[in-house]
Amino acid sequence: MGWLRLALLILIARPLARLITGLDVLHAERLPQTGPAILAANHASHVDTWLLLSLFPAGTLARVRPVAAADYFLANPALSWFSRNVVGIVPVERKRIERGADVLAPAKAALAAGDILVIFPEGTRGADLDHMAVLKPGVAMLASEAPTTPVIPVWIQGAGRVLPKGTWLAAPLTCCVVVGEPLFWTGDRASFMTALRGALEALAAEAPPLRWSDRGTGEQL
Amino acid sequence: MPPSLDNLLRAIPAPLLLGLGGVITALVAGTVAAWRPSKAPSSAGRLQLQARMKSWWVIVGLLTAALALGWQATAVLFAVISFLALREFLSLAPARREDRLVILLSYLTIPASYLFVFLHIYMFYLVFVPVWVFLATPALMALIGQTRGYLASTAVLHWGTMTCVYNIGFIPLLMLVPRWDAPQAGATGLVFLLLLATEANDVFQFVVGKLLGRRKILPSVSPNKTWEGFLGGWILTTVLILWLGPVFTPLKGAGLWITAAALPPAGFAGDVTFSAIKRDLGVKDTSGFIPGHGGVLDRLDSLTFTAPLYFHLLALFALETY
Repeated sequence: MGWLRLALLILIARPLARLITGLDVLHAERLPQTGPAILAANHASHVDTWLLLSLFPAGTLARVRPVAAADYFLANPALSWFSRNVVGIVPVERKRIERGADVLAPAKAALAAGDILVIFPEGTRGADLDHMAVLKPGVAMLASEAPTTPVIPVWIQGAGRVLPKGTWLAAPLTCCVVVGEPLFWTGDRASFMTALRGALEALAAEAPPLRWSDRGTGEQL
Repeated sequence: MPPSLDNLLRAIPAPLLLGLGGVITALVAGTVAAWRPSKAPSSAGRLQLQARMKSWWVIVGLLTAALALGWQATAVLFAVISFLALREFLSLAPARREDRLVILLSYLTIPASYLFVFLHIYMFYLVFVPVWVFLATPALMALIGQTRGYLASTAVLHWGTMTCVYNIGFIPLLMLVPRWDAPQAGATGLVFLLLLATEANDVFQFVVGKLLGRRKILPSVSPNKTWEGFLGGWILTTVLILWLGPVFTPLKGAGLWITAAALPPAGFAGDVTFSAIKRDLGVKDTSGFIPGHGGVLDRLDSLTFTAPLYFHLLALFALETY
């Protein structure tokens, strides 16, 4: 099925992303071309995954796999087939965290196999377009077990306007992906997460401005 | 040479072949200059220039292919260009979250406008965006019910659809002119001169400004522009149009002189208007869509002003069709 995924991503997803969002990239040269590596991005829309999968050349793309919630993306057979065979997700069972199971085992295995993982540390799509939610520590757990694996912070600007949470029709609007310098495991979770958040905020400041005022405020006008 | 190719070349008006030859010569010269041996082979400026030249080849290739294939292909190409320009504009402009629906609908002005081009209904084209979309947009936004920032939001949508869709659409409309009405080089000749003169004006202004520029013309909007560049570009482009106008278009006499004199300041006006918008929004380029150039709108800014002016001057002085 690998060929189907590559064909759909390269022949359909990428040209469509370029038409609908422009697919602007700042610092594309910082994208890893070999695994193992982790991309840690902000998350405002399903468009995020689509954009990140559209940035890689065919040779690398087979290795790029988004880490995604099993309860959402494997919920029904059609979505599950699409998530596994086209998006190429590494499923993580969010609901089993409380039971102390190693929910990150599939992600660890993928890294060990040399994959490039895409992780959204906010855990779910943010409802607020302008602010990142609290970052969950899953990415730190992965980094601590593989301290030589680069964690590349990625800021995606504008995806939340193209397809906000709760809508189904994508509005063509420019998006910009800003790729950061790789981070490595710092030795403790708190400092690693602070470094990641700081890096993402710095990348956000580098992105072109978004003038999209929230409901009822209209202050930016 | 196979007979079919021979016939094809005969069917193309000689001025167009010479014009294309001139453009390609300029591109080759630019390409050689961008890749000439240098002490700093990977300096940022040089890489930028090389990217810019590569993009020029793609732009000229796409335009040549579309113009060679005829008015349908040209209309499709400019519909896509309108879409990309409108997308960039709506992405940069201030908007309210609840305007998303109206933004989505404003993209429909593109298929609607170009449908009138395809159906050759010039009168509908002329009033659709400036009258009907102009009225429907604020009405729809009133129905959505958010009044704060209302007037500014409607202005953003009007400005975007007028410049990116309506004004650009005059180019495919020009392509509908039949050969008898523009015997010099057909409809393609009309479009060719517009694109050449608009682009040459940008280049002449830039080059003269670099060589002789002293006095700033609009420091608060576009700090690199000078009086010398503006006037030098004006004179050189006027000479260019006076020379090539009769070769590519039926313009002559007063119509030719007025077009030659009016087009360069219109191009300048388009350039500085979009500069003012970009400065207001705090961006240097409208996007990174065209490597080495910036966004589609960065390339299209002068054309959004010159295209309607050129169309109406031609319609007034030289064409029976409109």
